[in-house]
Amino acid sequence: MQPIIDFITSPITIAYIVLIHVVFFALQGAAAVLVLAERKVAAFSQQRLGPYRVGWWGILQPIADIVKLLFKEELRPKAADFWLFYLAPVISATTAFAAFVVIPFGPPTDLFGLLPKPINLQGMDVNVAVLIVFAITSMGVYGIVLAGWASNSKYSLLGGLRSSAQMLSYELSYGLALASAIVLGNSLSLRTIVDAQQSTALGGVLPTGWFLWPAFLGFVIYMIAGVAETNRAPFDFPEAEQELVAGYHTEYSSMSFALFFLAEYINMVTVSAVATNLFLGGWHWPFPLAWGWGFGVLNWLLKVSFLLFFYIWMRWTLPRYRYDQLMTFGWKWLLPAAVVNVILVAAGVIYFS
Amino acid sequence: MIPLETILFYLFGAATVASSLAVVTQRNPMHSVLFLIASFAALAGLYINLDSPFTAVTQIIVYAGAIMVLFLFVVMLLNAPREDVPSPYGPAYVTLTTGPRKAFALLSVVLLVELALAIRQFVSAQAPSGPLAAEHVSSVRQIGIAIFTTYSLAFEATSVLILVAMVGAVVLAKKKL
Repeated sequence: MQPIIDFITSPITIAYIVLIHVVFFALQGAAAVLVLAERKVAAFSQQRLGPYRVGWWGILQPIADIVKLLFKEELRPKAADFWLFYLAPVISATTAFAAFVVIPFGPPTDLFGLLPKPINLQGMDVNVAVLIVFAITSMGVYGIVLAGWASNSKYSLLGGLRSSAQMLSYELSYGLALASAIVLGNSLSLRTIVDAQQSTALGGVLPTGWFLWPAFLGFVIYMIAGVAETNRAPFDFPEAEQELVAGYHTEYSSMSFALFFLAEYINMVTVSAVATNLFLGGWHWPFPLAWGWGFGVLNWLLKVSFLLFFYIWMRWTLPRYRYDQLMTFGWKWLLPAAVVNVILVAAGVIYFS
Repeated sequence: MIPLETILFYLFGAATVASSLAVVTQRNPMHSVLFLIASFAALAGLYINLDSPFTAVTQIIVYAGAIMVLFLFVVMLLNAPREDVPSPYGPAYVTLTTGPRKAFALLSVVLLVELALAIRQFVSAQAPSGPLAAEHVSSVRQIGIAIFTTYSLAFEATSVLILVAMVGAVVLAKKKL
């Protein structure tokens, strides 16, 4: 028994347990902040004030939203498939949280000398992290598809069908865009890829090491495919209000409805975080890491926040595509561009190495 | 004390067998598809237990992620959950004519022989072990080199085969191209 007790009470184990909890609750907090940010940015885009009654300038609005959702009645259509109907939101939320486990968000640190050796700021350091994120996010589609089917309603089913077709189509471009960063970083570990991008020019002013520069096309493809994967506007076909009432979550209410939204916002965070790590140098710019690991985390948070703002900005700026335009764009433009990008990047890597 | 690997092996193995059995015993095709996904996921767990995370992740991406979504798509489009309604003509096999029934019987015998051969080979084969074997399986670089040099002919043949199947499916599905 003694080795087990030693393992559980060692500072490193406790640090990792705390870290996992921090990531879990930070993700929930991020979802709440994003709900508010979405409403505020939408209001700004439409020259309104947005929520301003709850708390100071409306910053407690997400809490009011959650309390309202908690007290709503949980409804289930009579003809719905009982197990799948309640399983679907759980799958959505679980895959959203699980994908974030392998994403690093800061340099190794010993937390101001609290620990005997530095730990990595991420749930788990896996050597195939990029692929794990890809695998788990591709499992997330089941939540939406099952929700659409189990509700036993036309609109939900159409939403689920659209979502499965859309995610399959854009997953290819998404994977190929990931491949360009993998080739540049010569690794499948997100931490190694981030550390391969730390070179700067002009005394740390210009981030020349970013994979954004050699793989700019890859970054653009990644962001477009990422928006489509998370079902956000202008690719929000699974829940197109004007055509499908609310798409796959038409029949959901109360917390099971909230779980879908939680999953959507966490998926946004995951896509932005992976983009930051793969193309924007992770925690390496603008503040130098020599100032301390906290600045590294701050760098990372700044980049992720900017990408998330970009997401919301895009939603309130661009109108939704038509469904055939979505498919044409995905297969005839995005996929060929992704293939060209991978070949160019790979050729460049071989030529310059 | 039992090693953790052994416990995990039995856990994932039991999950794989149980969910695979559930695939064929379910009456609702939608539930069958989901149990198939669960079985693939448990199989991925077994791969991780064998120190080959890359194979496990590929298993999830390709089978559980891509192929099963297509399965679900087709099941949803066919709107098939009517299988649990009992047929007025009795069990399903009665509706098959004698020709297909004989073919199925033959095929099942072939499958049995194949299984027996596979098990015999597996028992006699010496499984690679030690840290070197794990290194070989888990390294993406090793897998890539093996695919594109030693097994490049098989790899290219497979890709041509898949392309042919795809073109064939398109031709069959679309009367007018």
